[in-house]
Amino acid sequence: MASHLLPKPTPQHSTATAGGMAEAGHARPRGLLRWLTTTNHKEIGTLYLLFSLTMFFIGGIFALVVRAELFQPGLQLVQPEFFNQMTTMHGLIMVFGAIMPAFVGLANWMVPLQIGAPDMALPRLNNFSFWLLPIGFTLLLSTLLMPGGGPNFGWTFYAPLSTIYAPPSTTFFILSIHIAGISSILGAINIIATILNLRAPGMRLMDMPLFVWTWLITAFLLIAVMPVLAGVVTMMLMDINFGTSFFNAAGGGDPVLFQHLFWFFGHPEVYIMILPAFGIVSAIIPTFARKRLFGYPSMVYATAAIALLSFLVWAHHMFLVGLPLVAEIFFMYTTMLIAVPTGVKIFNWIATLYRGSITFDPPMLFALAFVVQFTIGGFSGLMLAIAPADFQYHDTYFVVAHFHYVLVPGALFAILAGAYYWLPKWTGHYPNVKLSQWHFWLSVVGVNLTFFPMHFSGLAGMPRRIPDYALQFADFNMVSTLGSFMFGFSQLVFVLVVIKCVRGGEKAPAKAWEGAEDLEWSVPSPAPLHTFETPPTFKHQSH
Amino acid sequence: MRTSFVWVVGLIIALVAPLAMANPWNMPRGVTDVSGEIFSLHMIIFWICVAIVVVVFGVMFYALFRFRRSKGAEAANFHENTTVEVLWTVIPMLILIAMAVPATATLKQMYDVSDAELDVMITGQQWRWRYEYLGEDVAFTSNLSTPRTQISGEEAKGENYLLEVDEPLVLPVNRKVRFLLTSDDVIHSWWVPDLAVKQDAIPGFVNENWVRINEPGIYRGQCAELCGIDHGFMPIVVEAMEEEAFDTWMEERKAAAEQEAMGVGREWEFAELMERGESVYGSICASCHQAEGQGAPPTFPALAGNQALLDEPERHISTVIDGVSGAAMPAFRNTLNAVEIAAVITYERNAWGNETGDSMQPSEIAERIADQGE
Repeated sequence: MASHLLPKPTPQHSTATAGGMAEAGHARPRGLLRWLTTTNHKEIGTLYLLFSLTMFFIGGIFALVVRAELFQPGLQLVQPEFFNQMTTMHGLIMVFGAIMPAFVGLANWMVPLQIGAPDMALPRLNNFSFWLLPIGFTLLLSTLLMPGGGPNFGWTFYAPLSTIYAPPSTTFFILSIHIAGISSILGAINIIATILNLRAPGMRLMDMPLFVWTWLITAFLLIAVMPVLAGVVTMMLMDINFGTSFFNAAGGGDPVLFQHLFWFFGHPEVYIMILPAFGIVSAIIPTFARKRLFGYPSMVYATAAIALLSFLVWAHHMFLVGLPLVAEIFFMYTTMLIAVPTGVKIFNWIATLYRGSITFDPPMLFALAFVVQFTIGGFSGLMLAIAPADFQYHDTYFVVAHFHYVLVPGALFAILAGAYYWLPKWTGHYPNVKLSQWHFWLSVVGVNLTFFPMHFSGLAGMPRRIPDYALQFADFNMVSTLGSFMFGFSQLVFVLVVIKCVRGGEKAPAKAWEGAEDLEWSVPSPAPLHTFETPPTFKHQSH
Repeated sequence: MRTSFVWVVGLIIALVAPLAMANPWNMPRGVTDVSGEIFSLHMIIFWICVAIVVVVFGVMFYALFRFRRSKGAEAANFHENTTVEVLWTVIPMLILIAMAVPATATLKQMYDVSDAELDVMITGQQWRWRYEYLGEDVAFTSNLSTPRTQISGEEAKGENYLLEVDEPLVLPVNRKVRFLLTSDDVIHSWWVPDLAVKQDAIPGFVNENWVRINEPGIYRGQCAELCGIDHGFMPIVVEAMEEEAFDTWMEERKAAAEQEAMGVGREWEFAELMERGESVYGSICASCHQAEGQGAPPTFPALAGNQALLDEPERHISTVIDGVSGAAMPAFRNTLNAVEIAAVITYERNAWGNETGDSMQPSEIAERIADQGE
């Protein structure tokens, strides 16, 4: 849009530093040391994204072990104790190692570019937050090789299964959760400091792109709840090693207290994994509809409303623990309320599409699939909110279907959409369109074949986290397993796309997408190591 | 593009079509008034969701189809409209209120455990259920009865694979039965879909739920909360009987319990103890300590050739009666009777090469437990 002219970066910073690893003044280390010591937000962003991709494949292999065992009734490939370790590690790795670091990586790359900042506010802290992750997850994965095996109590690690009855490696699991938690808290502090202090002159809060807004709110959620997780694992540590009885009924403790604490962390955590996805989709849909985002202020307020409500709904994960009637009713109502701001977001996206000029470039395909599939997960969430019905749904494959719809065809598709959207900015090349389309269609078919039948197996009565099942669930499980292998292997196409895109391909200009309006499109593609050394002046649209 | 789309749709149909022949797709309507109400709630909310899907995705796909740039669509310039934004906040609120009203009513009914005619204590244990008819002196444990050979695939799987037990919970129809649920070890969850009862069994807590079954029959379910290695292998079977049949059954069980109680007083032969002990071991102990006493270290120690067990009979007895605090071994004081405890200890001290020759009399065990009670 001509009315939205952004200052072109002056030739000095785009040319002097483009692609340069050494800048005037001091030489940077090369090789491994460069990555160990880097304080550059783009390099750290890349590290986060590569780490997350690696974890995504490791967690994915664990999921395929689970699905392969469930291909037919009976125990064929693994024994129940290893099966339980696989379900647990799959959940932990995907939540803490894949989805969360992927969003942090995108934030590292894109938040400074979107607000016109030269880097993150606390670059050395940024380096530390990242390097904690490989340490924490190496430790976590190493528990699989310890005597007694790794964590086998589910990613929700309910006490006392995770304390008195847990394998000896649980202490290492606790330590790795602490390390990942510290990394998240430090990362969140950095993001808040960056957004609140380093915006381009003239950019008000209500001018920020939604990805920045959703990350600001997510970062506050992280700071609020990660310490609660740290607290609960510390109490476990005390119960296991120092003879306390926080969660041991025989010692006067309370196993339900564990669940209250865990879900007080766990429910906001769910939104931590979805709010930045809303931000990404809110950038992509207007770009490819070539029309401004509908209802920008209501998008911001809806995000804030979801974040606030997330602190008031935790016990809907605990409808079966024997809560008093009043508590059941309270948590049922608050949970149902979340549908309202979530609905507003979906309506806004559709209104943005309405009377746009739409093209279906790869990022848009993933973003549109996100809207549809996330909504399916939203509907099953609404069904689960109805407490009496939850007595039937709870702890079945219906729940597995629900949260995977929100997290895989939901959050993960948004991450992939973001990757396709910003790859031209990161590499200077467009991703290969044909391969991207193959990746998209294989993923859509695979992911729905995997997770849609789980609604049926759950309603028909299949509990979650079982290594073997009754014969009436056999057909659904067979389809889910075929779908999961299709989905898993089609992600290799994504790796191919990324490798090809880094190496070459159609060159992208600064403004890689015709309808893209945010500040990141004003710097050259690929973005040079240092951008916005002098802040751009931001001309705001009349939001 | 178009051909690949047809190919994809064909693939989905080819994979999903066989499912149409599979038995259950949906939640069962069940055999109680409450399960029927839950089923209706489930279907109402499902159809509401379907209606919203049709409207919302209808508009979305219309927009995607109609406003394609390849068809020459020009972007409009609007980006806000207070009226529609208020509407699409208020209308969902109203739909939610309409759903909350019947849901709250059903929930209240589910929470009313008053006026029960029969109380059954349900205790979860790794990995079996124990049922106790309170005030009737009838109690038993219910174990998976599917043979391990079916699970490993050495034998064809039966019709009720993994959903069959040695002793089902027997309940009368048309009487309000209150369940009191707890656990001896980790958290379990007692679930029978046809009764719409799913309630966590938590150590240190007693949860309540209730059921009034309308039709006689056999209803099957499973533990729903991850509880360790054999979580997938602790099914629930409820046999609902006509009232007279249930009363007869109860009388028989009481008589059998009395018979068993008399057994405590008499002297038991070694061979008799070994035989009884083997059956108790198989249904209670083998799930952790394994069929041949080899255990699953480090959590579940081996019993075969266990030096501490062989050298210290006293400790062996107290371990079985009182459990090991802070470890996975539960106390069997209340789960097994004196005959069973004496028999299983005798068995463990003489099976799999543990040839101590020790034999334990039920009367000694009964005395010990009585002493502890004082």
